[in-house]
Amino acid sequence: MELQIISIVVRNQPGVLMRVAGMFSRRGFNIDSLAVGTTQNLAFSRMTVTMQADEGTIKQVCKQLGKLVEVEAVKVLPPRSATRSMVMVKVHAGDNRLELLRLGDVFRAHAVDVTGDSLIFVVTGDAGKLKAFVDVMKPYGILEMVQTGLVALERGNTALDVKKSRYAWPEDSAGTSAI
Amino acid sequence: MQMTGAEVMVKCLIEQKVTTVFGYPGGAILPFYDALREATVRHVLTAHEQGAAHAADGYARAGGGVGVCVATSGPGATNLVTGLANAFLDSVPVVAITGQVATGMVGRDSFQEVDITGITMPITKHNFLVKKPEHLARVMRLAFQLAKTGRPGPVLVDVPRDVQTAAIDYVPDKLADLEKELPDKERVAAAVKAINSSRRPVMLVGGGVISADAEYDAMHLCEKLRIPVVSTLMGLGAISAYRSLFLGMTGLHGHERANNAVKEADLILAVGSRFNDRVTGEHRSYSTNKTVIHLDIDPAELDKNVYSNIGISGNMNMTLQMLEKGSIKQNLDEWWKLIGSWPSMDEDFGGEAAPAFFRALNPVIKDKDYIIVTDVGQHQMWAAQHLKIQFAHQWISSGGLGSMGFGLPAAMGAQMARPKSRIISISGDGGFKMTGSELFTIASNNLPVTAIVFNNKGLGMIRQLQTVQFDRRFTACELSGYVDFVKYGEAFGVNGEHVDTPEGLAAAVEKAMELNAPYIIEVACDPKNMVQPMVAPGLGISDFVKFNDR
Repeated sequence: MELQIISIVVRNQPGVLMRVAGMFSRRGFNIDSLAVGTTQNLAFSRMTVTMQADEGTIKQVCKQLGKLVEVEAVKVLPPRSATRSMVMVKVHAGDNRLELLRLGDVFRAHAVDVTGDSLIFVVTGDAGKLKAFVDVMKPYGILEMVQTGLVALERGNTALDVKKSRYAWPEDSAGTSAI
Repeated sequence: MQMTGAEVMVKCLIEQKVTTVFGYPGGAILPFYDALREATVRHVLTAHEQGAAHAADGYARAGGGVGVCVATSGPGATNLVTGLANAFLDSVPVVAITGQVATGMVGRDSFQEVDITGITMPITKHNFLVKKPEHLARVMRLAFQLAKTGRPGPVLVDVPRDVQTAAIDYVPDKLADLEKELPDKERVAAAVKAINSSRRPVMLVGGGVISADAEYDAMHLCEKLRIPVVSTLMGLGAISAYRSLFLGMTGLHGHERANNAVKEADLILAVGSRFNDRVTGEHRSYSTNKTVIHLDIDPAELDKNVYSNIGISGNMNMTLQMLEKGSIKQNLDEWWKLIGSWPSMDEDFGGEAAPAFFRALNPVIKDKDYIIVTDVGQHQMWAAQHLKIQFAHQWISSGGLGSMGFGLPAAMGAQMARPKSRIISISGDGGFKMTGSELFTIASNNLPVTAIVFNNKGLGMIRQLQTVQFDRRFTACELSGYVDFVKYGEAFGVNGEHVDTPEGLAAAVEKAMELNAPYIIEVACDPKNMVQPMVAPGLGISDFVKFNDR
C-alpha cells in the first residue's frame, strides 16, 4: 500500500462531487484527502484525491471513476509530481508573539491575522512540512486549524488528456466540450 | 415549433420509437400526463409504481427496447426505487421519468418533494434533474442514449412541474447510437493461444451475451471447438439447454456437472458475466489452477471479483468472432469423459418432489414462443435448473438484486413488448403477495399472462437457509394463514384453477396457452422441498450441501 494521487477531470455540474465521493464510499475505498476546483475551462472541474491503495485497488478505482459519465479524464499521477496543500493555524499568542513569528519564518508561514492574543498562520507545502509546523505550534495552544486537500500536477510539459465527451451534454450548446 | 415542456417530453419519446410507457400519475407529473393524452404512446396505468418499474424492466428484457416508466414526485418516485435497483444490477435499459416540485419549491421540503436524483444516484447509470426548460429535449435524448449504450442500465430524468409547463422551442433530433469499442487485438491473440492449448476448457455465458445480442457468436464458437458450456442464471437461453454442449447452470444452485466442470477446468472463458458471488461461491479459490479469459463490455468488471489472466472489454460480437476465427478444435475426449462421469442436470436434484412440476412443463414449452418470467426464491431456482430454456430473452428473472415481487409485473411488461408471445409467470406465494395487485393491470388490459403460483404456504428459500445455516430454527418463514390464489384472481375477473400434480400443471398450462386471457394456476407444494444442488455457504463452487439428515 502506498499513497496514490488521482487526478480527475469532471464536468462542472451540480451533484458531480456527490457522484465521485459516493463511488468511493459505496465501494469501500477510503479517501485520505480531496481537493476540488475549477480549471481554465469553466465547463470542467479538477479533483485531486489521495488514498492509500495497492496496485489492484487503484486500477479498480480508476475504472470505476471512468464509468461515471461526467468524468472526462482520470490519471494516477507519478509520485514525483508537484504537490501542495495548505494549512491555516490560529494559535494562542500571549507573550510569545515574537517567538511564534520567528518560528513561522522558519516554515515560511505568513501571518494573515494578528490580534492582541492570537495569530493566524498560513503554510503551504507537502504533508510532512505541514505536520511539522502543526507539531511546533501545538505547545503554544492551537485555537483552531483547517487544512486543504492536496493538489497536484504532473511535472513537465504533459497535460491530462481530456477528449471530447462521447455524449451530447445539454450544457454544451454547440456540442463541443474539449478543454 | 413552440410547445410545452411536457409536449416536448412526449415528442422525445416518439423520437425514440417508444410505444408503451408504464406509470402512475400524481400532481407534479400531471402536465406530462396531459400531453400524453392524445399521443400515440400507450400509457399502462399500473397498480403501484413498483409495478411500473418492474414492468418497464420486463419490457426491456423481453427485447422491446428501452423500457419506460413514469411516476410523480415524492412517494411516486421512491416507489420506483426497487425497480430501478433491480434494472441496475441486471444491466437493463430503462428510462424513468419523474415529476418534481417546481424549481422555485425545490429544496424547501415542499409537499411530495424528495431528492430522487440523490436517492437513485447509486442505483442508476446516470440521472438528471432538469432545471432549465431549454435543456429538456437534450436531456431526454441523452437519457435514452445512456440507457442503451455500452453496458445498459437505468437512467432517471426528474422534471420539475414548471419545466413541464414552460413554453419552449422543439426541433426534432435523434442521437446516433455510439460505436462500441473495439477489442484489443493482442489480447484476443493471447486468448486464442490459451484456448488452443487448453485441454479442459469451459465456456461460461452470462447475461451480457444476451444484452449484446451475441448468442449466435457464442454458439458458433463453442460448437466449432466442442467446448462444454455452463450458464449463469442471467445467461440462461444464450445457449439452448437442448444442446449437447450445455452442462447446465453454474453457481450456488448450479448443476453438479456444471459446477464440477468449472472446478476442474484448466481454462474458463467467461463471456458477459461479472462473477457475482452467487456464481463463484468463495471467490478467492475460484480461479485456482486455471486460466481465466474474461470478456465484458464493462472494463471495470475485469479483475473486480475474479482476477483474469486475459481480460478483454469492448465489442463482444466481434471478440467472439475473432476467437472463433483464430481458434482450432482440440481433442477434448478425455475432458468430456470426465464430465460424463458426473451426475447430469437431469439427475442431480436429490430426489426432491418439486422439480417434477417444472420438468413436466418442458414438453409444453418446447419449441414454442413462450417466455418464462420468474419471481425470486425456491421456485426461481427450480425453474432455472429444470426448465429447458432454448433462446435468448426467453428467460426473465431478477438475478442481481433478487427482488421478490418482480415476477408478475415483469411478466406484464414482457407481454406488452411481445404481444404475439405467450408469457408464463412463475412465482411463489410470498412474492406473489407482494405485487399480485398487478393482476388488476393484467386483467384490465386483458393481457394473456399465465400466472403460476407455487403455494407452499411459506417462504421456502428462507426455510431452506434456516435449515442449512441456523440448524432448523425456523422463524418468520411460515405464511400460515391460507390465501386461495384462484379466488384472489377471481376478484380481478381472472379465471384459474388449482393443481397438485405435475401432470395437472402441464395440462393446465397447455390449456391456458390456448386462452386469449389471463389465467392463474395455484400449485400445492410441500414446504419441505429443498433446492438441490446447493453449494455450502462460504465454500467453493463444488462443495455441495448434503441434506441426508433431513
